[in-house]
Amino acid sequence: MSITTIFEILLAAVVLGLGIWTIAVRETFSATVGFVTYGLLVALIWVRLEAVDVALTEAAIGGGLGGVLLLGAAARLRNADLVAGEAPGKLLRVSAAVLSGLTAAALAGAILLLPDPAPTLAPAALANSWATSLTNPVTNVLMAFRAMDTMLEKVVLLLAIIGVWSLAPDIAWGGHPGPRHQADPRGILAFLARLLPPVGIVVGIHIFWTGANHPGGAFQGGAILASMWLLVIMAGLIDTPPVSRRWLRFILIAGPSLFLVVGLGGLWFGTAFLSYPPSMAKPLILGIEVAMILTIAATLGLLLAGAPERNAKP
Amino acid sequence: MLPPAPALDAMTTTSGFLLVLSIIVPIAGVLLAFVLGDRYVKLVACGIVPLASAIAMAILFALPQSNGPLVYLLGAWPPPLGVALRADGLSAVMLAATAVVISGVAVFAAPDFSPASTQARTPFAFWILLLAIWAALNTIFLAGDLFTLYVALELLTFAAVPLVSLDGRAETLRAAMRYLLFALLGSVLYLMGTALIYGLYGTLDIVLLSRRVSAEPILLVAAALMTTGLLAKTALFPLHLWLPPAHAGAPAAASAILSGLVVKGSFFIAVRIWFNVMPGLPGFAATQLLAALGAAAIVFGSVVALRQERLKLLIAYSTLAQIGYLFLMFPLAFDAAGRFQNGGALAGGLLQAFSHATAKAAMFMAVGSIYASLGHDRIMGLRGAARALPLSVLTFALSGIALMGVPPSGASLAKDLLLRSAAGNGQWWWEIVLQTGGMFTAAYVVLVLAYALAPSDKPIALAGPTRLIRDAAPLVLALCSLLSGLVPWGPYLPIPHDIGSYLPSLGTLSKLLFPVLGGAILAILLSPWPHALGSSTARNTLATVVGPFRRGCLAFGNLVEKGNETLCQWPAASISLLLLALMFGALMLAAI
Repeated sequence: MSITTIFEILLAAVVLGLGIWTIAVRETFSATVGFVTYGLLVALIWVRLEAVDVALTEAAIGGGLGGVLLLGAAARLRNADLVAGEAPGKLLRVSAAVLSGLTAAALAGAILLLPDPAPTLAPAALANSWATSLTNPVTNVLMAFRAMDTMLEKVVLLLAIIGVWSLAPDIAWGGHPGPRHQADPRGILAFLARLLPPVGIVVGIHIFWTGANHPGGAFQGGAILASMWLLVIMAGLIDTPPVSRRWLRFILIAGPSLFLVVGLGGLWFGTAFLSYPPSMAKPLILGIEVAMILTIAATLGLLLAGAPERNAKP
Repeated sequence: MLPPAPALDAMTTTSGFLLVLSIIVPIAGVLLAFVLGDRYVKLVACGIVPLASAIAMAILFALPQSNGPLVYLLGAWPPPLGVALRADGLSAVMLAATAVVISGVAVFAAPDFSPASTQARTPFAFWILLLAIWAALNTIFLAGDLFTLYVALELLTFAAVPLVSLDGRAETLRAAMRYLLFALLGSVLYLMGTALIYGLYGTLDIVLLSRRVSAEPILLVAAALMTTGLLAKTALFPLHLWLPPAHAGAPAAASAILSGLVVKGSFFIAVRIWFNVMPGLPGFAATQLLAALGAAAIVFGSVVALRQERLKLLIAYSTLAQIGYLFLMFPLAFDAAGRFQNGGALAGGLLQAFSHATAKAAMFMAVGSIYASLGHDRIMGLRGAARALPLSVLTFALSGIALMGVPPSGASLAKDLLLRSAAGNGQWWWEIVLQTGGMFTAAYVVLVLAYALAPSDKPIALAGPTRLIRDAAPLVLALCSLLSGLVPWGPYLPIPHDIGSYLPSLGTLSKLLFPVLGGAILAILLSPWPHALGSSTARNTLATVVGPFRRGCLAFGNLVEKGNETLCQWPAASISLLLLALMFGALMLAAI
């Protein structure tokens, strides 16, 4: 048994244990910390499975932004007077446990029975990368072969924003999302909020830029940019922008809109909707991705900031 | 009738670009409305609705001209690497239903959701979400790939949930949260199944999968998970805990969309998986289970609907029953050779979906008008409504008649098709369910009409003026449903030629009287409220005769309502979800 196998077994055991602990633990705050750690360890598993793109996304969303969201929720719930519902009866618990166990067993059985080597489209994706001149197959799948799905997913993000904003009280409509954060201007948070963003922005752009040929891309880069933005907001250095601002709306739709326009160009001048002429594929895709990283960063940041709470004119 | 011509599926057909347009035109509307902001949202929607309807009509015209389904390869990449859009007859029917219902709702909602009349927040969210739902549904009806279907499901969920809590009251927020959590549970199950199928076959394209599938345990596990997830999103009994509060709490125009269209999205994907991906695999027992859930939904939904005090809740529970009706086609389309047939039963199911979409949307809007005018929607306070609001009550009555399956409604044609398949398959027990279902529908329609048509002691104070155009839209939708049995569906649905002549005859009369009389009896027996016609001597004699029997029926209704309350709790609903996934898996595995 090699050292990596031992490490993998250990990692799997810790992830499983942490998962159970996160569900079983009573305090919201502890569960959140457990969940964030869980997300980071799952990212490690993805690295071991050589799916670095997924690992980056999992770390950014499951570990990072998801954690911030849950911590915020836990902080809000701390003051709320929670009425604990009556505990479910023994029969209910046992039947839930049995049924969950059976479902998990069926899933595990199905996964163990999967053919090995798995039938895959990876060779086809690699063989067709000439069409875009990008060598990261994941980016090719997202931006060329299954571009429609990616574009629609960006519209889902926009709908999530609309859903969050629709929770605003009518008087605050168009105003600033979330509370105005105050922090000690000489404190550690303000210090970090001045120190980290320049580094974070460079890292985010780097991850986005290398996404053309290496693991990384607009989503992972956008998540890092969003976290930098949130850090500055939480340190009270800047306020969230009012949601009625036209420039903000424009950034939020830039990604899917450019995608749509390029797609229509393909329908009109080229062979099909969302087809790129091979000579121009790389600049077109990079252009869409530049718009998308801005959209993703703004969307993720605003999703975490919450519904408009304060009027634009105080 | 369209043969599933797989020979042509690997290239774009001539009119294929229409399929792309039908998805991206509403999406362009969403983006444009979002960036232009509050004042122009309605204007954008007013421009997009006719345009997208015209595209849907163009697809309806183009499909019969084409030899087989319309196909479009996105990015010119053929599956399995790329993604294809395909329109067959089923897609066409559902595209039409969506276009008709959304246009009607848009006309109805125009005065309510204009930026000048209320706060800017609700019109902004409503119109954008309306367009988003349209794009999502069109994607569901056209997508040829299981993962594209997942993305479309997500689009649909994220567009539908905020509609529930549009007016911001605490109870609607709770309803929206319930809906979101349960719908996401359904999404996760569907996604897990999709991942398993990709791991097994290396493609998610529906046509390619239909050629590669074989009776393997992994596929059946995946199918069981996906089916259960979709049932949770469709709110088939017993996975309906989210539906009544969500559909009853939303504004009327939103309820019309949620009840008429949104639940049909996940239903349609279930049809695609069972009929197109694995037509030979689910096995007899699994189809029987699916329809048994449908039958239970009819009984539960109808009995609980008859016990509601509020009209909107009554209609929400009636949606529950009608969803059950949709699933009756599965065993009837399953032939003796163990394959799903692209025949009369499937056509009946889709027609049922079409007529329910139009009729239920009309019903919710009519009730919305009644609510807005009377200031309440208590069923017992409806006396005199027919005189004060004749158009709305007429719309309610017509859509109710259409739902009961009275000729020449689409539901009636659907019922004929399903009854014929049941007789052909020798599954007589579903004939009973089909007939009873019509009677139950008649029961709650008759109950409401009995109150609405009763004269009022005091004059009714209306909250505001009624607008003709507003009330005309639901009336048109109700007529659409009522007359849809006359539409030549032949080019789209496999309907036998010898069915569907609706000349007035004795048979027609009996088809009207049979459910109405049965429904009236059911309404008297099962509704706990005092009768609308008050105490006449004839009624008193009747009461003494049927009194003990009625008490028994009321006790039964009480029991059903208690059971429903338990099923609408999270623990029971979650356990039902797991149980159903396991049962479907076990039954399908047993069939190989």
